[in-house]
Amino acid sequence: MVELTIDGIKTRAQEGTTVLEAAHEMGIVIPTLCYHPGLSAYGACRICLVEVVKGNRSKLEASCTLPVEAGQVILTDSERVKRVRRLIVELLLASCPHSKTLQDMAASMGVNKVRFKIKNRGCILCGLCVRYCQEQMKSGGIGFIGRGTSRRVGTAFGLTPEECRNCGACEWICPVCEQACTAPSLIDGLCGGCQNLVPVETCTVCIRCSESVGPQGHKVY
Amino acid sequence: MKKLTSVADLERLRRRILSQRDPEKPRISVCGGTGCRAYNSQEVTRALKKELRKQGLSKTVALKQTGCHGFCERGPLIVLYPQRIFYQRVSPDDAPEIISKSVLKGEIIDRLLYVDQMEQKKVRFENEVPFYNRQQRIILGNNGIIDPTDIKDYLAVGGYSALAKALFQMTPEEIIAEIKKSGLRGRGGAGFATGLKWESCRNAPSPDGIRYVICNADEGDPGAYMDRSLVEGNPHSVIEGMIIGAYAIGAHHGYVYIRLEYPLALENLNIALEQARKYGLLGKDILGSGFDFDIKVSRGGGAFICGESTALMASLEGKVGEPRAKHIHTSVSGLNGRPSNLNNVETWANVPLIINRGAEWYSKIGTEGSKGTKIFSLVGKINNVGLIEVPMGITLRKIVYEIGGGIPNGKKFKAVQTGGPSGGCIPEHLLDLPVDFERLTDVGSMMGSGGMIVMDEDTCMVDIARYFIKFLTEESCGKCVPCREGLDRMLDILTDITEGRGKETDIELLEELGNLLKEASFCALGTTASNPVLSTIRYFQDEYEAHIKERRCPAGVCKALTTFTIDAESCTGCGVCLRECPQGAISGEKKKPHVIDKSRCIKCGLCRDSCKFDAVIVS
Repeated sequence: MVELTIDGIKTRAQEGTTVLEAAHEMGIVIPTLCYHPGLSAYGACRICLVEVVKGNRSKLEASCTLPVEAGQVILTDSERVKRVRRLIVELLLASCPHSKTLQDMAASMGVNKVRFKIKNRGCILCGLCVRYCQEQMKSGGIGFIGRGTSRRVGTAFGLTPEECRNCGACEWICPVCEQACTAPSLIDGLCGGCQNLVPVETCTVCIRCSESVGPQGHKVY
Repeated sequence: MKKLTSVADLERLRRRILSQRDPEKPRISVCGGTGCRAYNSQEVTRALKKELRKQGLSKTVALKQTGCHGFCERGPLIVLYPQRIFYQRVSPDDAPEIISKSVLKGEIIDRLLYVDQMEQKKVRFENEVPFYNRQQRIILGNNGIIDPTDIKDYLAVGGYSALAKALFQMTPEEIIAEIKKSGLRGRGGAGFATGLKWESCRNAPSPDGIRYVICNADEGDPGAYMDRSLVEGNPHSVIEGMIIGAYAIGAHHGYVYIRLEYPLALENLNIALEQARKYGLLGKDILGSGFDFDIKVSRGGGAFICGESTALMASLEGKVGEPRAKHIHTSVSGLNGRPSNLNNVETWANVPLIINRGAEWYSKIGTEGSKGTKIFSLVGKINNVGLIEVPMGITLRKIVYEIGGGIPNGKKFKAVQTGGPSGGCIPEHLLDLPVDFERLTDVGSMMGSGGMIVMDEDTCMVDIARYFIKFLTEESCGKCVPCREGLDRMLDILTDITEGRGKETDIELLEELGNLLKEASFCALGTTASNPVLSTIRYFQDEYEAHIKERRCPAGVCKALTTFTIDAESCTGCGVCLRECPQGAISGEKKKPHVIDKSRCIKCGLCRDSCKFDAVIVS
């Protein structure tokens, strides 16, 4: 067991576990997208970043891949962490605007505007489906193809692979294809109405989510 | 050839090779690096060979096609030994004259001499060329002397003596201590202390005792070719370094991960490995020491990301080349989960030198924190394009003006980008900066693997930032969000700015994204990728503002923001631009001012480049 400090609270964690697991154990919620307790840690979405403090300096690390260490000092909700998370969510929303998971996450972080052009790619490349298929279903029918912005999830040669048992696990675990928001297009606004968490004074463009009410058709809290 | 089974064997062979060679025998060394080959240097070699045969001199004059000499701008290069007469821009037609005049009579052919641009005088000997004599070529120096396809040449310059010393006179611990003492730091970019890395790899537990040493020859930076030239020109120095490292670490398996796009380097490396094996310098029981070690060559598939240590190892394992979290170093758990020591080509080439000449000698070169020399590929808007090797701590000004010979066509220097695509652009007021790992990082750039791109006043810094971000967007593996999405968005914004759609908030947003990449990316590709943008904003913010606020490109590069006109007063009506224009957009009578038809002009800039009277105005 090692002793570490998370958000000012001393705690003990099993060696070989991660900071994310230690924080969850304490009831501290760190938002995640590409993490799943039943799958290997991947560290790609960077939403679970935490601040690791060493003396006067600190750096950001993905908590899902960060092993616990004796004497570690971790901040899971500092201003720096929040700032970076907000920008990451904003980037993800711009490439996957209809995902309710992302919209909820954005709303809970106070992101109600997307400053980037919307490029609907319909996938955040979190790799959950790829890992689920490989690690839990022992199939390995899907994988990543290409690199950079042309990276996508697919099957070899675009054919249905023999390994695929049509189990639907990939669909089930996908964080962005479930419960898509019904708004026709996000353009460049986000009303935050999906999750009644943050006060939204004005929305630049309404996405017409199901809960939109108020003087201008927006829910104002 | 019988295998060498002891140091005495090796020394006997070396003596025999040396006794068969007369240092005073005329020798012609033709540069056979990729750069000179593109200039047709192989034809020059063939012509020289034919001429030697014709004159019956094949026995008395030695002809060698060597690796890259470094002065690529003036290729094809040849050097005539023993006097070291230096000829440049040699063509196959010059062969008869070179043999009959210079080789036989020692006469100098004036037209093949190099003209020193600074002092406008002709230089006769290689060691008098300012490009060479201001360098300290302790690693590259042998490139011009040895034929990389002949191990005997390497043995003749003392090759594998460091290996013999390491195997028979030093313990692994002593070797590591020596490397640590020398202060050698990784030349691949990060500058990690090599000795420390070796030590941690040696001490890391391995379940079955297997450890690996790997050479990173996946050099992907645009405009950088240090590693290529070393593997091409002196592959045995890299192999020798690797064997010494493997012995110190306790590894018996080695890999060279080499880029697919380097066919000549691959060919020479394979020849060298084969020869080393034949001589008993690789394989079982090296030199009778009881130490076994062999090297396999693995070719990369052309992905820039595979130069990153964990992505490289994933690729070696046959997996998709993408990085993994490095909380446990690769020196503890790397390739196949075993302790793996990865070093760059140049780092390995430094090792035999340190073992032979001692850590004390080595650590006298360089600065407090960065020891030894560093090879840079000096490219871009510079007179002397080529490979240079300089001691750490030399100033950028010396590199650009003394070795590089300044900026062509009397243009003004604007910036130099160090460290490849993810390095920063360093402006003129920082030219007196000593080049070492820390100082370059301080000013927002990095040492990287050693690319050095010089830019003149005609370079648009926003466009340069856009170019590098485009490269990185395509080469990012796409695993983590900041790097994949962040770079893509930065590219969008930069493209908008260069095409006249920039918004006032763009600079701020670029900085925000740049800092996100720095803080939150998965691997070093992402954390350094924003350097070109952040450094150009830091030092050339006025250019960004001119693009955004005034819709103007000060350097006249961004096509959407420029118009080409001909100044009626300076135009002499010579007609050169009219002939050059691929669009036929220029019209005018002879000796009368010409005009450009804006509707047909594609802003290629050929008219501006061809005009001798500076009459083409870009605004």
